[in-house]
Amino acid sequence: MKHTLSVLVENTPGALSRITGLFSGRAFNIESLNVAATLDPTLSHLTLVTRGDEHIIEQIIKQLRRLIDVLKVVDVSEGEFVEREMSLIKVRAEDESRAEILRISDIFRCKIVDVSPKSYTLEVTGPESKLKAVIELLRPIGIKEISRTGNIAMMREKKTI
Amino acid sequence: MAKMTGKEMVLEALKREGVDVIFGFPGGAIIDVYDTLEKDGTIKHVLVRHEQGAAHAADGYARASGKVGVCIATSGPGATNTVTGIATAYLDSIPMVIFTGQVPTALIGNDAFQEVDIVGITRPCTKHNYLVKDVKDLPRILKEAFYVARSGRPGPVLIDLPKDVQNGKAEFVYPQEIKLRSYNPVIEPHGKQVERAYRLIEKAKRPVIYAGGGIIISNADAELRALAQAMHIPVTMTLMGLGGFPGSHDLSLGMLGMHGTYCANMAMANSDVIIAVGARFDDRVTGKIEAFAPLAKIIHVDIDPTSIQKNVKVDVPIVGDCKRILKRLLDIVKDVGRPDEAWIDQHKAWLEQLDTWKKRHPLTYKMEPGVIKPQNVIERLYEMTKGRAIITTEVGQNQMWTAQFYKFDHTRTLLTSGGLGTMGYGLPAAIGAQMAFPDKLVVDVAGDGSIQMNIQELATAMEQCLPVKIVILNNQFLGMVRQWQELFYDRCYASTEFTMTPDFVKLAEAYGAKGFRATRPEEIDDVLSKGLEAKGLAIMEFAIAREEGVFPMVPAGKATTEMLLV
Repeated sequence: MKHTLSVLVENTPGALSRITGLFSGRAFNIESLNVAATLDPTLSHLTLVTRGDEHIIEQIIKQLRRLIDVLKVVDVSEGEFVEREMSLIKVRAEDESRAEILRISDIFRCKIVDVSPKSYTLEVTGPESKLKAVIELLRPIGIKEISRTGNIAMMREKKTI
Repeated sequence: MAKMTGKEMVLEALKREGVDVIFGFPGGAIIDVYDTLEKDGTIKHVLVRHEQGAAHAADGYARASGKVGVCIATSGPGATNTVTGIATAYLDSIPMVIFTGQVPTALIGNDAFQEVDIVGITRPCTKHNYLVKDVKDLPRILKEAFYVARSGRPGPVLIDLPKDVQNGKAEFVYPQEIKLRSYNPVIEPHGKQVERAYRLIEKAKRPVIYAGGGIIISNADAELRALAQAMHIPVTMTLMGLGGFPGSHDLSLGMLGMHGTYCANMAMANSDVIIAVGARFDDRVTGKIEAFAPLAKIIHVDIDPTSIQKNVKVDVPIVGDCKRILKRLLDIVKDVGRPDEAWIDQHKAWLEQLDTWKKRHPLTYKMEPGVIKPQNVIERLYEMTKGRAIITTEVGQNQMWTAQFYKFDHTRTLLTSGGLGTMGYGLPAAIGAQMAFPDKLVVDVAGDGSIQMNIQELATAMEQCLPVKIVILNNQFLGMVRQWQELFYDRCYASTEFTMTPDFVKLAEAYGAKGFRATRPEEIDDVLSKGLEAKGLAIMEFAIAREEGVFPMVPAGKATTEMLLV
């Protein structure tokens, strides 16, 4: 089962390394990871997507909490949450496919951020399901390169980390 | 406030943290700190002969005394040499602070001379570590390091000190209090959980207390004994918990697990309520997890939430400090005020069953004429020291025979590498323990393989005039591995036979110490008394039966009830 974890961690060198080291050392899985400073420059917010059964997820959360640098760990996916990811996709765009790409881009409200005679680069934002759909539609046309940020997430309503 | 150099800050912090002795080995990157320490002269420094020895000595010192052990090494190879010692302390939750020198900050990441990323290397085996980039941060880091090392579940903390930071100046303000927003170990338990635990125990017909290293760390031996006696519940100890409950007590079942007693393993397998205190259901204890304690409800008391529900399903988890939780339980027992007879009656059949198991398969070995049995040597050592020595062990058969045949009645009297199982631990740890208690008898029980791993520390012991005693059980084999090869690999002794072993008596003498050897059973007592009574360091070598095994044994992957008894 996929779980999205929100982690508040001290913004010190090595803190991120400690978290990723924890995952690799204990054979936990990281599907995606995203981190940046919060309004408080001494604190970073990390969003991590992992997979595992209830028992594994419980261990992951406890092990993360045990790290001296980690302030708070919340399993965002336990409740209602907003999840977003951004991707830059460079698509092969020649002759007829150029129009098709623009149509897809329009449907999914993507932005075209780069144009060349043989390619378009699209910027698409949304939940993972939307990105998956866009990628699948563009795949037969010919994706030359793709870069994804991984998820960031936030709990809905009054709940804050 | 006057400005101080980084190296002076280190000295000042050591003093304020109540550190009397540190163990280390100098080098270019740490020479400045050494200079300051020497010129001040307050802190005693024990010069080892290998940095691994420094780490193990700091560890032994910490286990014996309960204080934070401190060791110091230079950069590069000095630092990497401490890694095994750090990992040893990490797996057994021992409070330690390790100082390593580092190349100047401008050279970090440059593949400089004697540079390693020791913070990166020790990240997975330290409780926490720091690379000090700015001397202004050093006072806070020093205070934090000692706090983190000794609080909650203790562990080793490493501080990496670049040379320019050691010589840089800043104001020294040593924080009085420390409050880390991201680290707040839970010490006090939830009252309701403790009550739930009591309710469960109250109804138990076949309860067992499973006590581990946490009892020793928490100094909860008195509460454990009071509780076991009040409720008439038998106690089994892990290797790390030996001494946490008196081994000679009527209610003691001895050690459990892979090489535990028959009775202890049967008790766990047939129990209806297991009270786990300061133990972590390690694989050496559980055997095949699916078959472990099938009938029991489990109460798990531990200061580290990650240990709870990690390996076995727990019915009543209680996070907090052992000592406080056991005290709370005792308070409930007193408040409810069940009469003594009620407890005795309820557990009568169970205690009788345990007694039957004890008598059916006690720890045993066969005496043979003309051959020294290692178990016999340990028994005689126990008797001749009246069970009052501080014993360190190496790892393997020597360690297991000591755990089985030396009854530990007091905490902090068995210092052994349980979690990592580090051969070469015993001698430097004995040095650390002897530094903590100059007037106590300290004995290292070793095998011929293990003793050679840090043999160079004989020089350290002699230099410090430490009267450490070393018992070498010499079978010219890497004993424990040989046992596995005998049992599971058709006796194919691949690389476990030592066809070359030094003359340990001559070796002792080469270091200026005394050496004694016994080759026949009749010589055991004589060698032991000569060695134990010798003034100063003594090696007592015993040429033991070559292919003796440690039994009982739960083979890997088997249930704990599937013990090999012979």
